[in-house]
Amino acid sequence: MTDRPTARETATIRLGDVAHTRSGDKGNHANIGVIAYTRQGYEFLRRELTSERMAEYFAGLGTSRVERFELPGIGALNFVLYDCLAGGASRSLRIDTQGKLLGTAALELPLPRPANLAQMERRQP
Amino acid sequence: MIRIANAAGFWGDSVTAPLRTVRATALDVLTLEYLAELTMSILARQREKDPAAGYATDFLRVLTSLAEELARQPQLHIVTNAGGMNPAACAAAAARILCQAGLEATPVAVVDGDDLLPHLDRILAATPLAHLDTCQPLGELRQRVVAANAYLGAVPIAEALTQQARVVITGRVADASLTLGPAVARFGWKWDDYDHLAAATVAGHLIECGAQSTGGFYTHWQEIDLAEVGYPVAELQADGLITLTKPEGTSGVVNRETVCEQLVYEIGDPACYRTPDVDVDFRYVEVEEVAPNRVQVRGARGSQPSDQYKVSLAYRDGYLASSQMLVYGRDCLAKADACAEIVFRQLAAEGITFADALVEKLGAGSAVPGVDQPPEGLREVMLRITVRHESKAAVERFAEMLVPLATSGPAGLAGYAALRPVVRPVFSYWPTLVPKDLLQPRVQVKAAKDWVQG
Repeated sequence: MTDRPTARETATIRLGDVAHTRSGDKGNHANIGVIAYTRQGYEFLRRELTSERMAEYFAGLGTSRVERFELPGIGALNFVLYDCLAGGASRSLRIDTQGKLLGTAALELPLPRPANLAQMERRQP
Repeated sequence: MIRIANAAGFWGDSVTAPLRTVRATALDVLTLEYLAELTMSILARQREKDPAAGYATDFLRVLTSLAEELARQPQLHIVTNAGGMNPAACAAAAARILCQAGLEATPVAVVDGDDLLPHLDRILAATPLAHLDTCQPLGELRQRVVAANAYLGAVPIAEALTQQARVVITGRVADASLTLGPAVARFGWKWDDYDHLAAATVAGHLIECGAQSTGGFYTHWQEIDLAEVGYPVAELQADGLITLTKPEGTSGVVNRETVCEQLVYEIGDPACYRTPDVDVDFRYVEVEEVAPNRVQVRGARGSQPSDQYKVSLAYRDGYLASSQMLVYGRDCLAKADACAEIVFRQLAAEGITFADALVEKLGAGSAVPGVDQPPEGLREVMLRITVRHESKAAVERFAEMLVPLATSGPAGLAGYAALRPVVRPVFSYWPTLVPKDLLQPRVQVKAAKDWVQG
C-alpha cells in the first residue's frame, strides 16, 4: 500500500486535513509547529511536507531560508522561517508583526492526496 | 508534588484571571509573566522619565486583588517577572499593598542583576555583543541602546524561595525559570540533575503563555467555550512527571492537542531548547491524556547549558505610525491603492519620502503576504498604511494625511472617527550573548514593611 496519489486520484488535500498548527516569533524569525493527528499522518508529512515546500508556500514573506526539525515523540514537524517577519515585533510594518497567523495560513497548504487519508484524519472528540 | 499555575502570559493579559485561578484551585505557586521581547525597551523609557517607574504596573492591580487570598492560603507563593527594568521599585510598591492588607511581615524577594546598561562599557570591553544571527558587533549602535537585559535563570529564584520569600519579583529571567525555580526549591534537585531540570522547564514552557495551553489560540476553537477559559496548572512530581490541568469549573480544554500546540510554540531546534540552567531536548517528549482536562507530559531530556546568557537588547530606530480607513465599493481595491497614492504624492510634494512604508489591504489577502488572493466580488477592504522614518516630524506629518481623505478623497470611505494615529518610537531588537561570569545575579529578601521603608 502506498501513500502516493494514484493516476486516478490526483486531487489534493489541505494540510489542515491531517495536522494542526501553531506559529510564533523569535526576533525576525518565525516558527510553525505542525502536529499530525495520527502516526500515519506524521510519516506522510515527513515525506511530503519538506522545507522546500514550506519555503515555496510562504515565498511572499521574504523568507531567507527554511529549516525543518522533527519531534517524533508527539509526531510533529517544526519549521523555522528565517528573516520572514520584516524586522520582527517592534520594527515590522505588517499587521501580523509576530507571525501569529502563519500557523493558520499553513493549514491551507495543498498536499497530494494520500491513498490512506482516512488513517490520517482527526478522530472526532 | 508541587502545583504551579500561570495566570498572566504577557503584559496586557487578563487582570482578573489571577484571582479567579487562586480562588478556584489550591496552588503552591502562582506565576505571572509580563515581559515580551520588547517590553523592556518601553519600561526603560518609562524609567528614564521617572526613576520610580519601569515595571509592569498591572501586577500591582493583580496583587491588590490577591491580598485576601494570600492571607487565607499560607502555602501560596507568587513568582513574577513584573519587576521589568526596576524590580526594587516594583517591590516597594507591592510591599505597600501588602502592608495595607495587614501582610507587613510577608517576605518579599527582589531578583536583579540582569540589567547590562549600568555596566555596558565594561561588558563591551570584554565582548563585542555580536548579533546572534549576523555576527555583526554592536559597534556604533551602542549610542542608541535603550535596554539590554540578560535572561537570568532559576538559581536566584530558588534561592529566594529557600530564604522563605512568599512573593518573588524579578527583572528579566527566562520565562520557564519562573516554574523551574520553585520546583528546585521544593524538591532540592541538584543544578546538574539535567533531566529533572528539563522536565520542569517543559512544564514552565507549557504554562508561560497563560491560556494558550488550555484552549486559547486552539485550532479547534469552535469546539470549546473560551469566555471563562481556565489558566494552566502544572502538577510536577519529584521524579519529573508533569500533569497539565486547569481549575475545576472553568471553560476551555486541556487535551493532547492544546498541549502539543503549546509545546511547539516559539521553539527552534527541538533537540536544543536553550535556557540559562539546562538545554532541553523536546524530541522525545510524549503527551498523553489520562483523564478529562488532565494531560501527562514526560520524556524531556536535559544537558549542560552554555556558559553564556542570552541578552535581549533594544536600540532606538526611528519612529512609526499606522493609519487605517475602511474602503467600500465594487472598486474597493483600486480605490484603496488610489488613497495610498494620494497620501504619498502629497507627502513627496513636501519633500517627505519613506524608504520604509507598507500598504496593506486587510480582507484582501495582505495579512499573510503572498499566500492569499483577494476574493471575487470583494466590496470592502481595510486600508492600512504604515511608515517608519528616522525623523519624528516626517512620521507626524504622515499621521495627519489619511484622515482628510474622508472628505477630499473618493466616495466610499469610512472609519475616520479614530482620527490621527499615534506616532511611536521604534526599538529594534538585537539578540546577543554575554558570558555568564560578567554578570552577578542578586537576591534580596526582606519583610514587606522593610521594602516600604527602602
